[in-house]
Amino acid sequence: MQKLGDFKLPHFFNYPPYFTLQPVRETSEKQIQLWKELILDYCRIQKIFVIRLEEEFPLFSNSVVERTLSHEAREAFLSALVAEGRAEWLDKGRRNCLILWHRIQEWADIIVNFVKDNGFEDSVMTVEEIRSGIESRGTELQGIDRTILVRALKLLEHKGKLAIFKGTSTDDEGVKFSV
Amino acid sequence: MSNFFSKAEVTSSGRPVLLHNEVECHLLSAVDLEPEDHRHFSLLKSGLLILTTHRLIWLLSSSASTPTSASAIPLAAISHIFSSKKSLKSVFHSPRIRFQVLVSSDGRVFDPSSGSGSSSGSGSRSVVVTAVIRGKGDCDGFLVKFWDSWRARVWETTKISSSGSGSASGSGVATGIGGGLYSSDGSVRMVGVAGILRKEQEMWESTDKSLQDAFQDLNALMSKAKEMVMLAEKMRQKLLSGTSSQTSGTNDEDMGSKEEMQDWLLSVGIISPVTKESAGALYHQQLSRQLADFVRIPLERAGGMINLIDAYCLFNRARGTELISPDDMLQACSLWEKFDVPVMLRKFDSGVMVIQNKSHSDEEVFARIKSLVTKPEALRTGISPTDAAMTLGIAPAMAKEHLLTAESKGLLCRDISPDGFRFYINLFPEIDPCNMYFVKDYGICSTWIKAVSTTGIGERSSTFR
Repeated sequence: MQKLGDFKLPHFFNYPPYFTLQPVRETSEKQIQLWKELILDYCRIQKIFVIRLEEEFPLFSNSVVERTLSHEAREAFLSALVAEGRAEWLDKGRRNCLILWHRIQEWADIIVNFVKDNGFEDSVMTVEEIRSGIESRGTELQGIDRTILVRALKLLEHKGKLAIFKGTSTDDEGVKFSV
Repeated sequence: MSNFFSKAEVTSSGRPVLLHNEVECHLLSAVDLEPEDHRHFSLLKSGLLILTTHRLIWLLSSSASTPTSASAIPLAAISHIFSSKKSLKSVFHSPRIRFQVLVSSDGRVFDPSSGSGSSSGSGSRSVVVTAVIRGKGDCDGFLVKFWDSWRARVWETTKISSSGSGSASGSGVATGIGGGLYSSDGSVRMVGVAGILRKEQEMWESTDKSLQDAFQDLNALMSKAKEMVMLAEKMRQKLLSGTSSQTSGTNDEDMGSKEEMQDWLLSVGIISPVTKESAGALYHQQLSRQLADFVRIPLERAGGMINLIDAYCLFNRARGTELISPDDMLQACSLWEKFDVPVMLRKFDSGVMVIQNKSHSDEEVFARIKSLVTKPEALRTGISPTDAAMTLGIAPAMAKEHLLTAESKGLLCRDISPDGFRFYINLFPEIDPCNMYFVKDYGICSTWIKAVSTTGIGERSSTFR
């Protein structure tokens, strides 16, 4: 089985038409579906949060069959993810895409569980500690994209589960849990 | 516009209407007319100043609108032209032309054509007008022409001639005019651009006249032709009415002569409406059958399908003379629907039109394509239109149409790469997005995987290129 780093690739990754945007609707619908799943899987396993269209992305090229997705195709597949709510464009020019292989709500749930597991119900932590502190090692929160983390925290703040406050410097955003 | 100036008429495209014998001499753009004091008129800004043999005309010039009127100062009203003083100040200013204009008792420019007395002593008031030239025109040249025109006093000659014999060409007495613009018989000499334009105008008029004469004959011819067309129309109407009122009792002779008539009308270039109603005029029917017969052999050679354009070329070449037009070809092919011929016209989605055997079946072609594209070599590297053409025994362009049709039916997928445009068997239907890694034991995917793994992927056999 072919691999891309640690990631196991499905058999159709070597099927050349997979890399050409298909015109026939039924065929292209299936093709788009397969690419959406593949992108989400790959990003989850490799912990990739942002795809930049103008940079090389290993998943979009296959050196074995010598095929690369065109810019048009990349945009089409990512747009499909955006339409499904599993991704967001970070800029109007559609050059950078935030991949939500967990939805924001899912991340929020993970944070709540993290807090409960570690007994942080009434504690205070900085945002940075949540993503890179000792407790987060080995959990899904380790190395989470800051943008996504802040969005999830804001969602929880809205639900009254915590309060976000600014510290003495801009790096020092803090969170008081009241889970 | 103030009441000071004489009114000058303007054409619908904004050009001044010239008086009889009046000729333009010079033109300056972006000119302001300033009065000595504002009692007489207010500043006229940014206009076109036109010098003629009779007047100074000022037109408001803007690109947005066409001027509807203009102001004029008759040269006769000018009592003095000041010479330009070149001083240090004038180097930095826009050039100016100053002249003195006689003013009549009602505060307006003295207008000799209004017949109010002679050019002198109609009122001793005068006002100095300054023309400020802000544009890039030739100011000194204008001034020279201004002097010339003013001194030439053409308006006096005109007056004399018009009050004289009244002949249109105005051959009057030249009273003490010293050379310059006017030849000795009093007619205006052709000078400058205006002269060239005048000459052209005259040439046009004479050409026009000779054309008119020539056309007299043509008109006669055309009126005869009209009669012929009317006659043909009458006959056509008769044929039309004849056809629609046909009963089973109509004799063959009648039919025969009617068909002859249609034939004849067609050959004169008149398409009979009967063509559309019945099975078509004899001409197109015959052509259609002839074409069906002819196309049989090329079709066989081409493997059952031939491009319409190719068929057209072959047919005309075979005919040698009496070539048919593309329109005739199309009509002839369209008539096949109504006859019992073994060929038909077909239009692909891409717009390509072909002639194919009625016995041709798409399903059969797809079956052949499918068997071609599931061979191990084709599974690995796909097929190109050329490959398909060789296997199917038809032209590559036709083969491509078939491949595209097969793609639209979900049989094939396209692969576009630097290697070109290729087609593979469509694997997508068998893949489940919820279970991407699973491969059925006996599906096309497993066949493909087997074929792909026997040799390296991406290595192409050289025979297939």
